[in-house]
Amino acid sequence: MSESDVLATFTRILRDLLMDDSIVLKTDTRRPDVPNWDSFAYVSFIVAAEGELGIRFNVAEVESFETVGEIVAAAMARLR
Amino acid sequence: MDEGLAARDFRGRLKAVLATDDDAARLDGLRLLADSAPGYVGTIQLDKALAGVAPEAVDKRLTRLRVAILSSATIDHLLPGLRVAAMRSGFCFEVFAGAFGQYRQELLDPATRLQAFDPEVVVLSLSARALVGALPIDAEPEHVEQLLQTEIAEVRGLWGAARQRFGAIVLQQTYIDTFEPLFGSYDRIAAAAPARVIARLNDILGHAAREDGVALVDAAGASARDGIDAWFDTARWLHGKMEIAPQAARRWGELTARVVAAQRGRSRKCVVFDLDNTLWGGVVGDVGIEGLVLGEGSAAGEAYLQMQRYARRLKERGVILAVCSKNEPTVAEQAFSRHPEMVLKRSDIACFVANWQDKAGNLREIARTLNIGLDSLVFIDDNPAERARVRAAFPMVAVPELPEDPAQFVRAISDQGYFEAVSFTREDSVRAASYAANAQRETLRIAAQSMDEFLRGLDMEVVYGPVSDLELERATQLINKTNQFNTTGRRYSAAEVARLAADPDSIMLQFRLADRLGDSGLVSVMILRSSAADATELDIDTWVMSCRVFGRQLEDEAMNIAVEQARAKGSHALSARFVPSGRNGVIGDLFRNLGFESITGTGTACEQRWQLTVARYEPRQTFIRRAGERS
Repeated sequence: MSESDVLATFTRILRDLLMDDSIVLKTDTRRPDVPNWDSFAYVSFIVAAEGELGIRFNVAEVESFETVGEIVAAAMARLR
Repeated sequence: MDEGLAARDFRGRLKAVLATDDDAARLDGLRLLADSAPGYVGTIQLDKALAGVAPEAVDKRLTRLRVAILSSATIDHLLPGLRVAAMRSGFCFEVFAGAFGQYRQELLDPATRLQAFDPEVVVLSLSARALVGALPIDAEPEHVEQLLQTEIAEVRGLWGAARQRFGAIVLQQTYIDTFEPLFGSYDRIAAAAPARVIARLNDILGHAAREDGVALVDAAGASARDGIDAWFDTARWLHGKMEIAPQAARRWGELTARVVAAQRGRSRKCVVFDLDNTLWGGVVGDVGIEGLVLGEGSAAGEAYLQMQRYARRLKERGVILAVCSKNEPTVAEQAFSRHPEMVLKRSDIACFVANWQDKAGNLREIARTLNIGLDSLVFIDDNPAERARVRAAFPMVAVPELPEDPAQFVRAISDQGYFEAVSFTREDSVRAASYAANAQRETLRIAAQSMDEFLRGLDMEVVYGPVSDLELERATQLINKTNQFNTTGRRYSAAEVARLAADPDSIMLQFRLADRLGDSGLVSVMILRSSAADATELDIDTWVMSCRVFGRQLEDEAMNIAVEQARAKGSHALSARFVPSGRNGVIGDLFRNLGFESITGTGTACEQRWQLTVARYEPRQTFIRRAGERS
């Protein structure tokens, strides 16, 4: 799975979660950039992403992710 | 299918449903999607889509309920799963989510938001983590026991508050054991070890719930069956104080919604079995009775035996059994009477239909004969074509998917939780026999020349009197579960029923009906209360009757008795109200038929008021004898 595959997967998950097909995630997207991506939707996103990619982030990462790119990088580190 | 594919497939189906303009059709589509076990994200999507359905369409199909979830942990992630599960059970929950850890304040402080919400159902989801964490591992057993008793006493205080302040139905979730073993197997023995503490806590909770008439949501049992990893995730606890992991949200919602549905009398009542390759292996018409796969000696034969034993246990707890099979009737019946390994007897089956007609039509006939709704039926058939046919004809009939291996049948049916109960009384254990007798009565009715001849031939007898302590549980169950013959739809807890039964200003009557075919047990309860406006007037606060005794004049004889009691109490008038619930249309003309007069000007679409002058009451002629008043 390439970085762009992971990014596409994340985009689809967040579109489903927020039921908003206009969402396009980029590596420099931050949570406040996406309408309604609140802390509850963030946890849901992490849950769904972990489930779909079959990986687990560690708790410190989940607390410190600033950009979508960081989440993608943490996922890639486990998918390799 | 991997999760990504499944998500895409679900997404496509959801999009198709959302594209429908008709709100009712959209709601049906969402219900079907909810049946397909959506994942965490899918459940959130369904919940959002449900919120977009027009209120009128929701009102037509679902019963609204205000439900408050109060917790010592975070529960926001559980709400979508709860609302979606409620939809599957025929309800639309408006949910109040208590703030993290605020459950005491919310219940005990009158100034909270909960007051304005006025919940009809309160669900308490409490964690044992704080309690267990504070307990020294070397605590004396007596000290531990005292602490646990105190904890549950406090919980009971909360139940009392929920009932007193809101008259709410209370559901208490059992404590989940989320701890790692400390000693190991010795944790089961050490008084202060987590496993032992939580088991004891749930044990005390169960006793208290029984005494107080509170229903439990057994998350502890479910998490033990599913494995704790399916329910608890340390990372989620650390991040958001979620004691129930998001992955378990749908399951928790299902458990909770089922118990609410059971409280409201919406559990399934009857299971209808196909025969060939469902209750036994092989087609009896082809292989004959000797050729059936059934009984000890082979694993396959024992699998069907297991299925029959399960059916038998269901019957013993009050679920009605019926048969719907494409077979020659005599051949099918002979398998029951002649096969030595049959666990189920012909007499266990309240309604037996074997013919070559369409099964959907037969199911309608079974429901009619038993006088229950199609939405009370569960249909079990190994043949996918028959299942699809019944689902298409009657979406309200529950038709579980069956695995291909009969060894897994029982698990597949049991997992669906169709027959959830919140009480078990003597009436339940004899109910199946009572329905079987009813099917016989139906045969007599059809054969009789006239209704009078049929009723006279039954040789009916009513036993009536106040509700005794022993009958409290059954009376409460009847009041809360009855949907059809229910004049006002009021619901009471066992404690409230006990209080009303002891209240000198009220009359609470229970009626039992027996005839030559059997005793139907306690089948009707009427509560008469002094009217606040006029002390010489009694108000029929509540009147419920089991659908098993419809059409047998019990309502007439019960009114005769009620009027006599009112007269003895010096009352001059009876007032009554009929509150349409969408499910009690069968008694829409009840009070008119009994000689009540409509009070004009006061009726609304949601309530009709009726009055009867005691002195002018003409006793109704019935074929029911009085067995005498029991005091």
